Amino acid sequence: MAQVGLTHFLVVSSILFSLGIYGIITRKNAVMVLMGIELILNSANINFVAFSKYGNLGINGQIVALFVIVLAAAEAAIALAIVLNIYKTYANVNVDEIDHLKD
Amino acid sequence: MELNNLYQSINLILPEIVLSASLVILVLADLIFHKDKRLIPYIAGIGIAITGAFVINQFGISGFGFQSTSQSIRNYGLIAVDSFGVFFKLIVIASSILIIFFSLSSSEIRKIKDRVGEYYALIFGMILGMFFMISATDLILIYLSLELLSLSSYVLAGFTKLQDRNSEAALKYLLYGAVSSGLMLFGISLVYGLTGSTNLYVINSLIQGPHVNLFTLSLAIILIFAGIGYKISSAPFHFWTPDVYEGAPITITAFLSVASKSAGFALLIRFIKTTFVSYINDNGEWTLINVFDWQSVLIAISILTMTLGNFSALWQNNLKRMLAYSSIAHAGYLLLGLVVLTNQGLLAILIYFIVYLLMNLGAFLVVMLIANKINSEDIDDYNGIGYTSPLLGVSLAIFLISLTGLPPTAGFIGKLYLFVALVDVKMITVAVIALLNSVVSLYYYVRVLKHMYLSKATDSTPSIIPTFGTGILVLVLVIPVLVFGIYFGPLVNLAKSCLVIIGF
Repeated sequence: MAQVGLTHFLVVSSILFSLGIYGIITRKNAVMVLMGIELILNSANINFVAFSKYGNLGINGQIVALFVIVLAAAEAAIALAIVLNIYKTYANVNVDEIDHLKD
Repeated sequence: MELNNLYQSINLILPEIVLSASLVILVLADLIFHKDKRLIPYIAGIGIAITGAFVINQFGISGFGFQSTSQSIRNYGLIAVDSFGVFFKLIVIASSILIIFFSLSSSEIRKIKDRVGEYYALIFGMILGMFFMISATDLILIYLSLELLSLSSYVLAGFTKLQDRNSEAALKYLLYGAVSSGLMLFGISLVYGLTGSTNLYVINSLIQGPHVNLFTLSLAIILIFAGIGYKISSAPFHFWTPDVYEGAPITITAFLSVASKSAGFALLIRFIKTTFVSYINDNGEWTLINVFDWQSVLIAISILTMTLGNFSALWQNNLKRMLAYSSIAHAGYLLLGLVVLTNQGLLAILIYFIVYLLMNLGAFLVVMLIANKINSEDIDDYNGIGYTSPLLGVSLAIFLISLTGLPPTAGFIGKLYLFVALVDVKMITVAVIALLNSVVSLYYYVRVLKHMYLSKATDSTPSIIPTFGTGILVLVLVIPVLVFGIYFGPLVNLAKSCLVIIGF
């Protein structure tokens, strides 16, 4: 069986990144868009950890990943609060229907 | 860990420490004085004033904070303190103080008086994020500070919840912001993989070597630019700007358009200067490392930004929305100063930012004072307002003329220095395009003046006499715009003394 190497991790992270972008572009529900953003953040995390492990770069990359996890949690908290506020105002959370600021 | 090093580093971030302490005090004060919150704006003001004193104290100091203890990358730290950073921090401080005064006279903010403690605490979160953005020299600190600024401003954009448009602005700001910061993080992870470091100075020395994968590096740089471009609302990432500026409370709109943009520009300039410039000659011309053609990219982005901003502004009837497009156009002009990649261009950016602070905040202040009374920013409601409220009418006229860049206002000086920098490096075509753009902008700025002075006042036209405090505030902004238009020596000298970006 082939050894799992850096390439495998990079492939996984690129797939996650592309899925995240796909989700952001195609989904209408704001919560689904936020999940796409989480996918992008986690693909970057995989990159950081994989590079620091296979590039012998010390633990810097892994610490960065920890920072990003904390930040993603904070961002999710604020994002869900804003989405909840949108739901109270418009009774739906579809991003293409919340488009009143136009002329 | 060397304690001596840590102690020196803490000396360098004293302004940031004061800001964090004031943030905590504001949250506590919000809990203690929950009956009567009149004191809170003054606590915020004192906090900013002390921070400002510490920032001024840093003038002339330059040094790295939080240096790595490993031998190979010894001299480079997480943050750099230099007079370039001090300049932008002062811009942020000045706009924060003005925003606190704006908030005291804004009817929107007065209506939420029971939540005013959170409002100021979040503003302090924004300021703290901007301070770290201005001095960060490590990609991770750049990302973290950008997120700190963004997270606070997402909440503030929808803070008042008085109208439906507030929450819509918050949602749009959040979605665009989160996507572009996610892209930025992915770009940072690629740079980390390519170079093995997140420190800008180390990256600079590594990408001068021969073994760099140019395709991946360019991709990573474009992704990182997505995050910065969103903050300065430059062309492909500007879609949030009009909606958020129109929907957010007007004090926050003004703050975003000046302070947030200046922090974004400081970050972009420092990022390009420390990461991609290999050599600066005696004439102050920067030589780029041959990995990414920043000059062509910036020319394209800057022309696209100003053209899109100016042409979209032509059709706007809401004054806040029009000023949003105008601020996009100004981001385009400011990028011109970076396009030339010379110290002359940097000088022009610094001068333009002082001027932009005065004239843009001034325009937003007058729009806010009128909106306090008539509860609308619609351009048709401004008919004849120049005769019924002379002070506000004349001031708005001066601010708009200055935004166009006509003499004898300070806006002319700002534009003049930008064009001189362009002509110095023989980019005549770009200068002509920028000049034509200014002509286009004249149309939509003057359209407001036409409504104010050439349309007849009706019975419903309000007569707005500002209170003593707001009158002073308007004068504080309008007099420098006029004075600096004629007597701009001190402005240029201040900017000249702030050109130092700590190098290698």
